[in-house]
Amino acid sequence: MTAVNPTLDFLRRHAGFLVFAVVVMTIPAYLSDSYYLSILAFMGTRFMMALGLSLLLGQAGQISLGQAAFVGIGAYGAAILTTKLGLNPWLAMILAAVLAAAIAGLVGMPTLRLKGYYLAMATLGVNEIIYILLVQLKSLTNGTDGISGIPSLSVGGLDLGGPKAYHLVVWGVALLMLRFCLNLTRSRVGRSLRALHRSEPAAQSLGVDTSYRKVQVFMLAAVFASIAGSFDAFYVHYISPESYTITFSIILITGVIIGGLGTIWGALWGTVAIVVLPELLKRLNDDITNLVFGVLLIFIMVVWQGRTQGLWQSLKSWMTRHTTGGGATPPGGSRPPGGSAPPGGAAPPGAEE
Amino acid sequence: MTFDQFLQYLFSGITSGSVYALTALGFTLVFNATQIINFSQGQLVMLGGMSAVGLYGLGVPLWGCFLGAVAIVVVVTIGFERIAIRPLLRKGVLAQIIATVGASFVFETAAMLIWGRDAVGLPPFTGEEPIHVAGATIVPQTLWVVGSTIVIVILLQVFYRKSLFGKAVRACAVDPTAARLQGISYSRVVVFSFALTGAISAAAGVMITPISFMGYHSGSLLGLKGFAAATLGGLGNPLGAVLGGFILGIVEALGVGVVSAGYKDAIAFVILLLVLFLRPAGLLGAKVVSRQ
Repeated sequence: MTAVNPTLDFLRRHAGFLVFAVVVMTIPAYLSDSYYLSILAFMGTRFMMALGLSLLLGQAGQISLGQAAFVGIGAYGAAILTTKLGLNPWLAMILAAVLAAAIAGLVGMPTLRLKGYYLAMATLGVNEIIYILLVQLKSLTNGTDGISGIPSLSVGGLDLGGPKAYHLVVWGVALLMLRFCLNLTRSRVGRSLRALHRSEPAAQSLGVDTSYRKVQVFMLAAVFASIAGSFDAFYVHYISPESYTITFSIILITGVIIGGLGTIWGALWGTVAIVVLPELLKRLNDDITNLVFGVLLIFIMVVWQGRTQGLWQSLKSWMTRHTTGGGATPPGGSRPPGGSAPPGGAAPPGAEE
Repeated sequence: MTFDQFLQYLFSGITSGSVYALTALGFTLVFNATQIINFSQGQLVMLGGMSAVGLYGLGVPLWGCFLGAVAIVVVVTIGFERIAIRPLLRKGVLAQIIATVGASFVFETAAMLIWGRDAVGLPPFTGEEPIHVAGATIVPQTLWVVGSTIVIVILLQVFYRKSLFGKAVRACAVDPTAARLQGISYSRVVVFSFALTGAISAAAGVMITPISFMGYHSGSLLGLKGFAAATLGGLGNPLGAVLGGFILGIVEALGVGVVSAGYKDAIAFVILLLVLFLRPAGLLGAKVVSRQ
């Protein structure tokens, strides 16, 4: 009945994050299998990429189809600066991230003022240009042969190249990024992002500098992707251009979509999905993964229909519409596709618009 | 660069420009009917080329391959419209982008599973005897590509300006609600626009396959270039799309002559980014393209 215990209150509000952090950081204590550890390390860097995209896509409602380009800048920046110039890996990582942010700003500024598909196409174009540069600038990138002999990360002479140490470093950074994103969504910036997602004119009229905010988030997502790319390069010690194609960008988008928009945690489930699903589907057919991803993208979008509510809620209301008696009409049905009338004839679930 | 070389690059630019023009037209037709940018547009061109090669492998004569490929892609686009587009009409740019990107993945992987990973070609429609024009040579297939493109563009203009249904389609592009109030069936216009896009894309794909090979992966680059062309000409303007396509093709070909063939594919995106920087409405576009 007395005042709320501040420690308890803190624990309650951050329970999810704390439990997750403890679980992830203690994994190396009881898991020694290097195959599973490297899958987890992979998941860690993909989680970083997905986090940035989740902010951009889920919170600000903007889409980048070229995230792999920024991953590639991080990886190649780290590789070139360490192998050719002998720079410290951490410094190389930071410099690459700065370059990624600069390119993101340059692309974002003109395109984020325009409708959504201009950013999507421009980022696709940037991805293609970066890929061409990686293949063509042979003196710098070794072309399609790629760069090998990239050093491991280390701190004060302590080598962090082993699977367990690397796991702790990658997931430590990923947790920091997650905490940052969670805090951001609860802050004024996060609210202004969601506001401009729902209605840009409304956000503007409330004093949100929407273009500036969008460019900011886009640059942040590029930095996250670049750092993740550097980590990958330092772990695998070898990189080649094929890892940074548009296909990989779209797979990242698929992850964020499967995980669910509207919540940062969605990035985690999405990352698990894009790492685990291909491993499972491989047993059926090596090439079928992207087909499944494509079908999932279409299916989820048809269910979600661009509403402001999250994907899971949309899926739930879609399921109830289609399993209970009144929902016999398929989405779209034979109705004219006009107005805001939802398909299926049911009342709009949580009509927020 | 000598004049002969210049002419040679110009011819090759006009050839690839024709394909970019038709791809850009595909973007434009769908965009005008639905305000949707179809991110699987390039994959439709690829499907056209690949289906024709597949049919040719079965022993179908070339003209049959052409018609068969057009029919296949038209059926695919109608199905695509039904499943993925109709539920998402006017449902926000984000969902539309993601769904059509998903479709591009589906088309691409399906093509790979059906026809394999190798890039394939077709024999030219009429012989391979090159024609000499003022020091440059052109293969007969070039004439087919450029000629058919011109015919398609003229037919489209006649259709949109003279026929009743063409006028209905144009009315929907201006204002779907007002068009519906006039008794125009909007959903029929949308299906029709998709089918027409499928046909034009397939034709482009079949015609270019004898000149440059086609693989399951060729679609994304074609799509990007088609979009760059459409944006350059002014998104939503069919004539702009054609103009943008030819300009892009010619600049690209001359760029190969001046810079290097390795950077050929980057030229289109540099142009796209420049247009977005300097004049987002494009050369012939009058529409305001800012958000909402």
